[in-house]
Amino acid sequence: MTLSPGEIALEVNDLEVSFVDSDGSLEVLDKISFSIEKNAFVCIVGPSGGGKSTLLRAVAGLIQPTGGKILFPGVAEDKAQTGLVFQKPNLLPWRTLRDNISLPLEIDQRPEAEISVLTQEMIRLVGLEGFEKAYPHELSGGMAQRVAIARCLVQDPEILLLDEPFGQLDALTRERMGDELLRIWNERRKTVLMVTHSISEAIFLADRVLVLTCRPARLIMDLPIELPRPRTDAMRYLPEFTEAARLLHAQLKDTTAPACQL
Amino acid sequence: MKETPSSTIKTDFWQRLSRNRMLLTLLSVLLFLLIWQVLVLALNLPGFILPSPAEVGRKFLDVLRTGLLWRHFSATLGEILLGLLFGVSAATLLGYALSKSPLAERLLSPFLVGSQSIPMAAIAPLLVIWFGPGLLSKVLICSLTVFFPVLVNTLVGLRDVPPELREVMESLRASPAQTLRYLEIPAALPVFLGGLRVGASLSVIGAIVGELVASDRGLGFLINVGRGQYDTALVFVAVICLVILAASLYGFVLLLENRVLSWQTWRKEV
Repeated sequence: MTLSPGEIALEVNDLEVSFVDSDGSLEVLDKISFSIEKNAFVCIVGPSGGGKSTLLRAVAGLIQPTGGKILFPGVAEDKAQTGLVFQKPNLLPWRTLRDNISLPLEIDQRPEAEISVLTQEMIRLVGLEGFEKAYPHELSGGMAQRVAIARCLVQDPEILLLDEPFGQLDALTRERMGDELLRIWNERRKTVLMVTHSISEAIFLADRVLVLTCRPARLIMDLPIELPRPRTDAMRYLPEFTEAARLLHAQLKDTTAPACQL
Repeated sequence: MKETPSSTIKTDFWQRLSRNRMLLTLLSVLLFLLIWQVLVLALNLPGFILPSPAEVGRKFLDVLRTGLLWRHFSATLGEILLGLLFGVSAATLLGYALSKSPLAERLLSPFLVGSQSIPMAAIAPLLVIWFGPGLLSKVLICSLTVFFPVLVNTLVGLRDVPPELREVMESLRASPAQTLRYLEIPAALPVFLGGLRVGASLSVIGAIVGELVASDRGLGFLINVGRGQYDTALVFVAVICLVILAASLYGFVLLLENRVLSWQTWRKEV
């Protein structure tokens, strides 16, 4: 994977983030460097409370890095570079499903006709036709998270950032949402950077899996996943899959060992 | 055996009655008026102590016909509406500003809390001394009464906007004005309207207190006139008009709440 000469969508160089509070300074990210090719699907795993979400938020521009650089080579300045999907759907409860998805376009002040067309297309893409007028409290967890993904995709961002998007769903819904995500990713190729704490989910979805240590987080592993696409459930039992899981598991166990606070 | 049908009819009647709320309310009002009338007749009370409902009704039609009632009613209504306009605008603007500056909020909050515990009746005379017995002092008193509940609720409503939704707006690169429009206003609206509901009913009290202190028009003035002339029926008419005014304002805000917050219907269902 690393050998194929693709266009780079995201480049992170020596990224450092620390938070300063009354107790002093807390170093969260320690000189993290990696780059992601255009249209690649990359997952980040690491111990909880590590710095995975912080890394994602820094890339999304919600957190100012203390040091280092985040670059988007080949992405036009005026275009939405990143779109972030959170662990919770975070929908606006007073807006219908349709109006939640159209929100980014309204903020972007697109013409009404365009908003209508793009929104309807997104609703179709995530398979929620017929629920346009439903309010968030009427949706199941999986449906709400699909709306959140659609709200993110409707801006047509260059890079899709997913912060444990299926963390609050039950195991079965979670697997179905993974399949769904791959289908969507297939239909509109995007660069995806996704944080998860599930090793098997990471292997099943990603081209590459990055492993972070606990705080201050360093990047200790960059594992290419050599499974063919499209991915199927049967691949979960291939030796390549199990081998990758073994490697990641060993690496994570190492990092969570003595120094980590759980 | 004989009792069964009659008792079913009885329970049927009461069940139907208890379900018809309009009818029940009407009945209770009629009953109240009846007791009132009987009391006046039985105790032979003079009109200046307790006028009978019939006397009050006659008085009402009388002042309605001469246009006296409307003149004073509209004066009070005008004071209240102007007071609401100024008070609510000032409170909303200051509330928004304070929600954006925790330092300013901390500096001002002792004054805000302190001033809320000043009874309006106690400073109404001061405002009349400073701003004269005309419209201005009444509008100011009304403004001040609605100011605090609306300010506090604006502040609380804005402060309680979920931070994760703020993060969503930030990740969508929304400007502060857009965050206000798409997130802060709709999110704070339920709490804000709660404050407005309280403020609107209080503003009626504010206007009357101002008019009772010094004025030449308004329902409070009418009460003063009625009292001075031992025309107790006139006082009753003015008080009933005030009740109607306050209840309509309250109802209007309630209507607005139901309309604007229709997405919250699930709260009532649960």
